Amino acid sequence: MIGLTLTIGFVLIAILAPWIAPFGNADVVGDVWEPMSGKFLLGTDNLGRDLLSRMIYGTRVTLVIAGLATALSFTMGSILGFTAAVIGGWPDQWLSRGVDLLMSIPTLIFALVVLSVLPSTIPVLVLVLGILDSTRVFRLSRAVAADINVMDFVEAAKLRGEKTPWIVFSEILPNALTPLISELGLRFIFAVLFLSALSFLGLGVQPPDADWGGMVKENKEGIVFGIPAGLIPAAAIAVLTISVNLVADWILTRTTDLKGGRGNG
Amino acid sequence: MAEANGATGQPLLEIRNLRIEATVFPPGEKPRDIVIVDNVSLTLQKGKVLGLIGESGAGKSTIGLAALGYGRGGVRITGGQVLLRGIDILLGGKKGLRSVRGRRVAYVAQSAAAAFNPSHRLMDQVVEATLHHGLADRAQAEQRAIGLFRKLGLPDPETFGRRFPHQVSGGQLQRAMTAMALCAEPDLIVFDEPTTALDVTTQIDVLASIKEAIRDTGVAALYITHDLAVVAQVSDAIMVLRNGKQVEYGATGQIIHQPAMDYTRALVSVRSIVHAAQQPAPTPLLEVRNVDASYGGSSTKVLDGISIQLSVGQTLAVVGESGSGKSTLARVMTGLLAPSRGEIVFERKILPARLVDRSKDDLRELQMIYQMADVAMNPRHTVGKIIGRPLEFYFGIKGDAKRRRVQELLDEIEMGSGYIDRYPAELSGGQKQRVCIARALAAKPKLIICDEVTSALDPLVSDGILKLLLNLQKIEGVAYIYITHDLATVKAIADSIAVMHQGKVVRYGTRSEVLTPPFDDYTDLLLSSVPEMEIGWLESAIERRRMDSAGH
Amino acid sequence: MLSPLWRLVAQRVALGVLLLFGVSVLIFAGTQLLPGDVATAILGQSATPEALANLRRDMGLNDPAPLRYWYWLSGAMVGDFGNALSNGLPIAEALGKRLANTLFLATCAAAVSVPLAIILGLVAVRHRNGFVDRVISGVGLASTSLPEFFVGYVLMYFFAVKLQWFSSVATVYDDMPLGERLSVVVLPVAVLTTAVLAHMMRMTRAAILNVMQSAYIETAELKGLGALKIIYRHALPNALAPIINVVMLNLAFLVVGVVVVEVIFVYPGMGQYLVDHVAKRDVPVVQACGLIFATVYIGLNMVADIAGVMANPRLRHPK
Repeated sequence: MIGLTLTIGFVLIAILAPWIAPFGNADVVGDVWEPMSGKFLLGTDNLGRDLLSRMIYGTRVTLVIAGLATALSFTMGSILGFTAAVIGGWPDQWLSRGVDLLMSIPTLIFALVVLSVLPSTIPVLVLVLGILDSTRVFRLSRAVAADINVMDFVEAAKLRGEKTPWIVFSEILPNALTPLISELGLRFIFAVLFLSALSFLGLGVQPPDADWGGMVKENKEGIVFGIPAGLIPAAAIAVLTISVNLVADWILTRTTDLKGGRGNG
Repeated sequence: MAEANGATGQPLLEIRNLRIEATVFPPGEKPRDIVIVDNVSLTLQKGKVLGLIGESGAGKSTIGLAALGYGRGGVRITGGQVLLRGIDILLGGKKGLRSVRGRRVAYVAQSAAAAFNPSHRLMDQVVEATLHHGLADRAQAEQRAIGLFRKLGLPDPETFGRRFPHQVSGGQLQRAMTAMALCAEPDLIVFDEPTTALDVTTQIDVLASIKEAIRDTGVAALYITHDLAVVAQVSDAIMVLRNGKQVEYGATGQIIHQPAMDYTRALVSVRSIVHAAQQPAPTPLLEVRNVDASYGGSSTKVLDGISIQLSVGQTLAVVGESGSGKSTLARVMTGLLAPSRGEIVFERKILPARLVDRSKDDLRELQMIYQMADVAMNPRHTVGKIIGRPLEFYFGIKGDAKRRRVQELLDEIEMGSGYIDRYPAELSGGQKQRVCIARALAAKPKLIICDEVTSALDPLVSDGILKLLLNLQKIEGVAYIYITHDLATVKAIADSIAVMHQGKVVRYGTRSEVLTPPFDDYTDLLLSSVPEMEIGWLESAIERRRMDSAGH
Repeated sequence: MLSPLWRLVAQRVALGVLLLFGVSVLIFAGTQLLPGDVATAILGQSATPEALANLRRDMGLNDPAPLRYWYWLSGAMVGDFGNALSNGLPIAEALGKRLANTLFLATCAAAVSVPLAIILGLVAVRHRNGFVDRVISGVGLASTSLPEFFVGYVLMYFFAVKLQWFSSVATVYDDMPLGERLSVVVLPVAVLTTAVLAHMMRMTRAAILNVMQSAYIETAELKGLGALKIIYRHALPNALAPIINVVMLNLAFLVVGVVVVEVIFVYPGMGQYLVDHVAKRDVPVVQACGLIFATVYIGLNMVADIAGVMANPRLRHPK
């Protein structure tokens, strides 16, 4: 439950950012790398901006981009995956081969290649993350759907004369929910980590906006001098991902024990 | 009890007051302990065979494994003694048990295919126990093994050991497993349903090999099975088990011919359903004309020139072993596989070959029930939704009217109230199959294809299902195509029979026609391979086979 | 004729090569997404129409895309990647040195993480569901959630800055002795190991557990064999395929993880090289690095595939 509370906490912070942040996102309010104090709860960053405020705004940026990217990858991946499994034949072959090809390139590398020529605006980031990640969702949802598709009860439905929409939504989907939901959690975590890595490398969110990864980049020089400012956003990412992980795990164990669930039943 | 074995002296195996428990974790509740075997005692003399019989969940495998001091899947022996030659093996600790297993007591599993390690050659695995316990050196052990291969009737005994498990057939693997058990020359072998997974015609050979091997080596055996006819062939004494408790225990002759307890009587009289066969009507309900079929455009025919008929309200049994094409026939009839030649005629109209081309009404009239009820129902739908969907889909019945009709159907399948909102996982095997029957009936079909619907059920439960099906036939006038490999069922409920072998119908006609000699070769083989509940049947069947092959 | 096994292997290799071609097309296409073109990017402010036209002609940008692709690929296959835009020097030279550094780092990380993962996996199985197992699982779960730079900077903060055991910048130069080289890469290797160890260990544990629940393990137990012999003779041969698969996949992942680690510790490898030049929009370098990374990644995946095929007794000894 810690996971759930923390996650909800992060979401709330993101939504309420402009009202709870003590200072503005880009305002320079103090000296460079001031230590934590009553005025600046987390100290200041490399340009003298309040770290806490930047962290709060950063929550918004991180969650929004990662959330949009996950929504995109998930919708695309699962719809295509289900369709491929149920229809089979040529569409399935082409989609699967295409996905295999895309998955042969390490995601980070391909993202770097694309970002070397495209500007790192938010829509671009969302698209790149979303499309690259949808391949994994495709693989999983196709495998899950194919598994269920061969069960006798699906054949019984086909023999009855049920049309494809019924089969997908009433027969297959209820049984596919469990692995899909846990995958949703994992994809979100991956999106957060990936975005942070890109920003850390300077290719993600551009200044003065910053997500947590970008903030690590800005403050990393300080670490060599013993200034922990760069560790704080990094720690925040870690906390967020662990909480989402816990939530996904919890959902997984809850739904497999459902009466009629396929988990342990 | 010692009289049942007919010998004196210290028994080889003596189990006293055995008690076995396990912890179950029901979803949503606290874990609790249940008793799987409750106060079971038996004795076994050297060279004798004791049959353990019961339905699934009776605890027979658990008792068999207890003779090796082993509990499968977290099961614990919590009370009683297991005395091997007078010494309690349960007191020997891990080391003691390991010195007994494989050496003094050996185990032959139900599925040899899973029990052999796919990465090692057969010979290595067969001699492994012998070498591990230091009973012989490699060369001697291999000689022993080859001798056993020969005795068990395996092809090319000299080179058989060099093969890998996936390179030999199921029946051969089962015999190899028996050789593996015998190689170390143990005092006792536990046979756990060794022929259940085999075809009827293979079963009889393996059974005979096992019986001979037992007799020649003088080893004692526990023979576990759910088939009373089989156990009557090999054992000297039988113990009937139910829910972990002993029901009856005595000599084979007594159990078979003079069962004392009701439950035993029920087991012995299974398949004694009496159903007068009807003559076929002049105009058939369903006609399969000259159908050929093959998969994926390949040229090998899975079905070759099949022509059969079915009359209204009657049952046509389609009998065959694995690979005969009977399941493919079902797929062609339902439209899942289009035939490459021939047609299916239903009520004097030719049915479209493919499912997608058939009308809703066509689909409604032809329903199907599957072998495994677990996967034939969507685990996330309630019983009410499962039975109710056909009502809604075909007849547009909704709401209260639908609920009432569902309850009517539940009553018809002899399940009372309180099931509408349950999920399949909460039902027993028999109940699940009944719900599937109700689902098929809900569509008010004229024909139901039953694809091995009782093969996965216990004998008493499947008896109940068969009686239900016959009853429903009288009330609703529905016709059945009953696909099965079990001849006993066929004899009980069929009006006409079609025997299939390798894609062709080798014998077809009314029940009495088909079951009266003279037979073609395959039907002869099939009929003579079904164990009868008579002592000495096995020997005469083998003798008959030997005479037949000598005569040709 | 080739035995069926070797035919399968050949198929996999052919597939790998095909994928590589496909990937090279993707990489090339990716760099063509540039709005405007390379010439505009280079000249920037001083882009007059004539200068643009001249530069385009010199760089061969007027040729149709497929032709340019072909020039690039054929050059790459013989090791000529052209010259970097930023400094005009041939890419291949710089690439060679950087690649060697990266491979060194990756190999050290693999040498540490793979044995550790397998041993921990075995331990976790031995004490299945016990305290040790749950601790290992918990730590594993946590470390997969942590971003690499978090681990990297935490380690750097404690071990390099506060404790001064290691340097926080991992510089290597050409004639560095092996011992010094090793001490320099300790922290980067530690970070890489944390990234992949957890996943590999969890998969190893799952693979071994899956095998341990097979019927033939019960048969071995009922023959009276001891635990060690059972694991060694019966479980391991069947767990080999999935374990090799997992190891290979994680090595492939390492190839990518190396990029971030090199940036953290300023290590002169291919990752650092790539990232620097992405920022500079130096397309030829990016293409070259992308292709090399992809080749290694696909190569490792292919080996995993082939190992899986070869470890399957059904394929090694067909009926």
